[in-house]
Amino acid sequence: MTEQPIIRFENVTKQYDDDPPILDNVSFEMEKGKFYTLLGPSGCGKTTILRLISGLIEATSGKIYFKDKLINHVPANKRQVNTVFQDYALFPHLNVYENVAFGLRIRKMKNDEIDKKVREALRFVNLVGFENREIKEMSGGQRQRVAIARAIVNEPEVLLLDEPLSALDLKLRTEMQYELRELQQRLGITFVFVTHDQEEALAMSDEIFVINEGKIQQKGTPRDIYDEPINRFVANFIGESNIIKGKMIRDFLVEFDGKQFECVDQGFSPNEPVEVVIRPEDLEITTPDRGKLNVKVDTVLFRGVHYELCSYDENGNEWIIHSTKKAEIGAEIGLYFEPEAIHVMRFGETEEEFDARLESYDSYGDKDAD
Amino acid sequence: MIMPILLIVYYSFLDIHGNFTLANYQKFFTPVYLKMTLSSFWYALLITAVSLLVAYPTAFLLTRTKYKQLWLLLIILPSWINLLLKAYSFIGIFGTYGFANALLEVFGIGKKQILFTDFSFIFVSVYIFIPFMILPIFNALDKLNPSFIDASRDLGASGWTTFRRVIFPLTFDGVKSGCQVVFIPALSLFMLTRLIAGNRVITLGTAVEQHFLVTQDWGMGSTIAVFLIISMVIIMLLTGNKKRGGVG
Repeated sequence: MTEQPIIRFENVTKQYDDDPPILDNVSFEMEKGKFYTLLGPSGCGKTTILRLISGLIEATSGKIYFKDKLINHVPANKRQVNTVFQDYALFPHLNVYENVAFGLRIRKMKNDEIDKKVREALRFVNLVGFENREIKEMSGGQRQRVAIARAIVNEPEVLLLDEPLSALDLKLRTEMQYELRELQQRLGITFVFVTHDQEEALAMSDEIFVINEGKIQQKGTPRDIYDEPINRFVANFIGESNIIKGKMIRDFLVEFDGKQFECVDQGFSPNEPVEVVIRPEDLEITTPDRGKLNVKVDTVLFRGVHYELCSYDENGNEWIIHSTKKAEIGAEIGLYFEPEAIHVMRFGETEEEFDARLESYDSYGDKDAD
Repeated sequence: MIMPILLIVYYSFLDIHGNFTLANYQKFFTPVYLKMTLSSFWYALLITAVSLLVAYPTAFLLTRTKYKQLWLLLIILPSWINLLLKAYSFIGIFGTYGFANALLEVFGIGKKQILFTDFSFIFVSVYIFIPFMILPIFNALDKLNPSFIDASRDLGASGWTTFRRVIFPLTFDGVKSGCQVVFIPALSLFMLTRLIAGNRVITLGTAVEQHFLVTQDWGMGSTIAVFLIISMVIIMLLTGNKKRGGVG
C-alpha cells in the first residue's frame, strides 16, 4: 500500500552566496504518521532541511512538495507545520497559557474554544495546573513541554523538532525520548526530529536519514542503518565500529588482516578493495587458539553494562571490543565472530546501488540473523 | 546629589525679599502657571511621540543593516555637539534667507515663516533628542532573540502581527527608557523655546530661567523647579520597570 507522501523534496539545494552548498541536491519523501529523524554532525544541513519544511528559509533550487502541492514560495505562516525550536523560543512576555494560545489567537478563534484546546494540549504534555506560570518559572523539561504544547495545539500535520532534547540532562533526555515517541503515536502525525545524538535517533525513529556535508548518506530503519551502514561515515556515526581495509576475494569470502573469512556479502567484483565493519559487541573473547583473530589488550574501560577493551592485532589495527568478560591488560586474547557479523562496504557506492545490491541478497536465506 | 534639591525646596518657600512664605505655591496654582504647565506637558508629549514614531522604524532598519554599529555611530554623533551650536545652525537653516526657504522657492512654494513656529520648535527638539530615543530601542531590538520571530511566523503570524504581538512587547522596555530620557528633558526645555520658537512657546523651563535670570524671583523659580522635579519622579515611577502582566 503506497500512500501519498506528506513531504517530498526534489533535488533541493540551499546555498548562501558562493559558499559551498549547505544542502546539495537532496531528494526524499516522508510518509504520513511516521517518526523521521535527521541525524548528522553539526553543520551537516539537517536544521536547514527543517527550516525549508517550515518555510523559514527558501530553497535556492529544487522543489518542495507538501501533499503534492508545491510549497517553495508559501510563507511560513501559511504552512500546516509547526516547530519545536532548539531553544524553545517561548515568548517571555506571555505566560504558559498565552504561549500555547498564541497560534489560536492568531487564527481569531473564539475564546471558549481556545480555552478548551489550550487545556487539552497542556493535559497532553502533563502540564495541567501550570497555566498561569511565567516562562522563567519553568524548568528546562517543563519549557520543552510548553513548546510542544504550543506546537501541537495548532493541529499541524507535521511537527518539526529541532534538537529539542539537547538542553536537558541525561536522565530527563531518556525520559523525554519515550514521551516523544508515545506522543507521536498518540497524535498519529508525522514527526521530523533533528538530532546529532545517534542513540536518540535509534531509540525513537521509524526511519533515520543520516546526513553529512549537505547530502543524505543513507535512509532506512534504525536496524538497517545500524546493521548495514553504507559507508565509513555512517558506520562511524551510528554506534562504534571497527573499520578495517580488506579485499573481497569472491562472493561470501573476504580478506582482511592477512586472513580470509567467510561472510554473507556478495555482488562485488573479484579482488575488489573494500572496507570491513565489525561492531564491537559482535566480537567475542576466547582463548588465542580458538579465536579467528588474535589481539593484544591495550586498555580496559568499565562502562557499566560492559567492558570496553581496546586492543591491537599484529598488523597494528585497532579493535574495540564490548564484552561482559574482563581481560587483563597486556594479555593475548582470541576474537571470535560469526560470518554475519562481518559487514562489507564498497567504496563510493551510492544509496541506490547499495539498496539494489542488498536486494539481491534476498536469494540468500537467513542473512537477517545477527 | 541631594543638596541642590534640598536647596531648591528651601528657596521655594522664600519670597523675593528672603522671607518665609507659601505665596509661591499659591501663585503656581493660578491659571497663568497652570496653562504653562499644561503647555509644557503638551509639547514634551508631542516631542516624545514624534521622536518615537521616527526612532522605532529607524532603529528597526538599523538592526537589519550590515554595518549597524557604524550607522548607529553616525546617528549618535550629533549629540556630541553643543546644543547651542545646533540651535544656531537651525536658525541659519530655517531663517528667512536660509536653506529651507531657498528649497521652498525652488519648488515654487515661496518663502514661508518657518523659524519661530511650533513646527520648527518640534522639529529641532526631535532632532536633538532622537539619538537618546534610538539608542535604547536599538539595543532592545538588537538583543531580541531572532528565534522568537521565527516561532511567531511558524505559529501562523504575519509580519505585522509578529511585530504587534512579539517584537514590540519584547522591546517595550527600550521604548519606555527612550521615552523617559526624551520626555523628562523635553519638559524643562528653555533655550530652544527662545531661539527656535521665539518665546511663542513658554514652558516651565523658560519660566524657571526667566525667574532666576530676569526677574530675580528665585523663590518662584524654585517653586516651579520643585513641581518639575515632582512630575519627573512621577513619570519615572510610572514608566519604571514593573513586571508586566501575561495577557498581551
